[in-house]
Amino acid sequence: MLKYLEGSHAVSQVVAMCRPQVISAYPITPQTHIVEDLARLVGEGKLEAEFINVESEFSAASVILGASAAGARAYTTTTSQGLLLMTEVLYCIAGMRLPIVLTCANRAISAPLNIWNDQQDSMTVRDAGWIQLYAEDNQEAADLHVQAFKIAEATSLPMMVCMDGFILTHAFEPVDIPEQKEVDAFLPSFKPQHIIDPRWPRALGLYADPRFYMETRYILHRALEKSEEVIKQVSADFAQAFGRNSGGLIKTYKLEDADVVIVTMGSVAGTIKDLIDRLETAGKHVGLLQICSFRPFPKQEVYRALKNKMNIVVLEKAVSLGRGGILASDIRWSFPRAEQPGRRISSYIAGLGGRNISTDGLMEMVNRVSKEHVELAFLGLNKEIIAERDL
Amino acid sequence: MMELHEEDLNRVEKKNLFASGHRACGGCGQALAARLVADAAGENTIACVATGCLEIFSSPYPDPSWRIPFLHSLFENVSAVASGVEAAYKAMNKGPVNIIAMGGDGSTADIGFQSISGMFERGHNVLYVCYDNEAYMNTGVQRSSFTPYGAKTTTTPMGNPTRKKNLPMLAAVHGIPYVATATVDDYRDLQRKVKKALTFEGPKYLHVLAPCPLGWGHSGDLSVLISRLAKDTCLFPVFEIINGSVTNIQKVPHKKPVEEYLNLQARFKHLFKKGEPTGMVAEIQEIANQNIERFNL
Repeated sequence: MLKYLEGSHAVSQVVAMCRPQVISAYPITPQTHIVEDLARLVGEGKLEAEFINVESEFSAASVILGASAAGARAYTTTTSQGLLLMTEVLYCIAGMRLPIVLTCANRAISAPLNIWNDQQDSMTVRDAGWIQLYAEDNQEAADLHVQAFKIAEATSLPMMVCMDGFILTHAFEPVDIPEQKEVDAFLPSFKPQHIIDPRWPRALGLYADPRFYMETRYILHRALEKSEEVIKQVSADFAQAFGRNSGGLIKTYKLEDADVVIVTMGSVAGTIKDLIDRLETAGKHVGLLQICSFRPFPKQEVYRALKNKMNIVVLEKAVSLGRGGILASDIRWSFPRAEQPGRRISSYIAGLGGRNISTDGLMEMVNRVSKEHVELAFLGLNKEIIAERDL
Repeated sequence: MMELHEEDLNRVEKKNLFASGHRACGGCGQALAARLVADAAGENTIACVATGCLEIFSSPYPDPSWRIPFLHSLFENVSAVASGVEAAYKAMNKGPVNIIAMGGDGSTADIGFQSISGMFERGHNVLYVCYDNEAYMNTGVQRSSFTPYGAKTTTTPMGNPTRKKNLPMLAAVHGIPYVATATVDDYRDLQRKVKKALTFEGPKYLHVLAPCPLGWGHSGDLSVLISRLAKDTCLFPVFEIINGSVTNIQKVPHKKPVEEYLNLQARFKHLFKKGEPTGMVAEIQEIANQNIERFNL
């Protein structure tokens, strides 16, 4: 049913329909409305689950780790500093192959303190062994959660649904909220594989010495690589069951005839599509490649989509300080070395700490990369407020 | 609260649910305590264990020593992990089951203090057992907040300048129903306290003094004796706190001077010059005297 509601509430309502049995979270802006609404649903008896109010994100992640190990479907949500505080547990959850679902309401990282949107938080923990899918709009954010539990449980991998803080979490727009029975039909109850239960005493979380450790990491890496197929399949199944496309590995917009391709993740895709349409009427062909699955990184799909494109610009809301674009590195690595000559892959960092990404700014970027390769640029950087010595 | 008769509390079958063949040092107080705790709790128990000596010597893949379910995640989060297991059992309408979180003094009182405080405050039905060997032994004997005054560790080479953090009292002020201290020499008392703790609904805290031959510097066959001397010198009072009231204090009719305890351990050797006690020994005796007065030992 189409409902006009806030992104956070679209997510909380759909998460509730996925029937998580244990929810534990710690409030942090801009994630709070998700956790508040879930607390209300549990409190009012509309969702049968244990809601554990903890004293930190570190404990939130640890509580759901324990709950998942005991066989419960478990969920948490956080952002920014909270996600970083969870980092040690995130790696542990993945290493223990616990199919936990986490919503990350993407936000910048301190210092300086900043509560606004970028994607530095989740991109920083890209190597933790979690599947990371990025939503374009609130409909996709809601849909990805239904898919997330299914993907996580099919692969025994934890999954993070990333949605831009404020831009999506606090935006009101119409979202098609599914019926409970539709979600139940799509997502059967959790059948855990290895659980902590005195009836079958097992040990979970043993330490592995140098004879075994590397193999566990290899298996985890392979599991993530192999999850690409599951992500695609679940997205296709979802389209069949619910009649709309959400998720998957990548998405494209007017790519076929494009002379310049913008590659990005998350909600900025909407602004870019508007720009592409405007440019099209002016006779300029720009296309879009959206990365939905950042981890696993769909190298083959990216290559197939871009192999004939000679002018690519990667726009991302995070930076590897001292190195440059993170997504840009992944895109550059997606092409065989021999194919590099003549292909321009420019890298733009944009929207850090909630800096607005305007169509004018994007237009400037497209004009510049049409003329030259840009190794690294910060879109909309105001050099007037930077001292000479810091430039 | 589930009622158990005295004879039930005292009856513990030796099942070796924490099996032999683990990799602890000879005379390890923690290994002994873990076996006593596991047998007292019985098969219907889940052990959540923090990173530390116990975890390392009992859980190398593929040879864990646990014959009850064992769950290990990290150093500082065992209380939260156990909280999650408990929440899952509630949510799935499973159980009843004994959930025991356990760790050393570092994971309990220092890096995991926030986590244990959260578990107490939220009221999870979990028994926390702290095996207190008074320093970070797993990483090579560094000071913890449980290291006693005067003890030498690798990070307090001149002797620890501060007194031990009093976690039993800190646990009690959270308003939890059951807190107790115990030592490994009196295994009946220790096992009885495990069984008794598990009859209470809510969070429980059991603090076990666990001598460490390696870190304390004594031969392995003295662990039980040293454990007894900790009580007899009144440096480690043994008591229960039930619903906020200190009770069942083990009286020490034949009190011994602290030297008898300190003399046997290399970590206190520097407190004696040419066999004569220095001023720090007098201060340690003062700590014992304060315990005597406070608990009417």
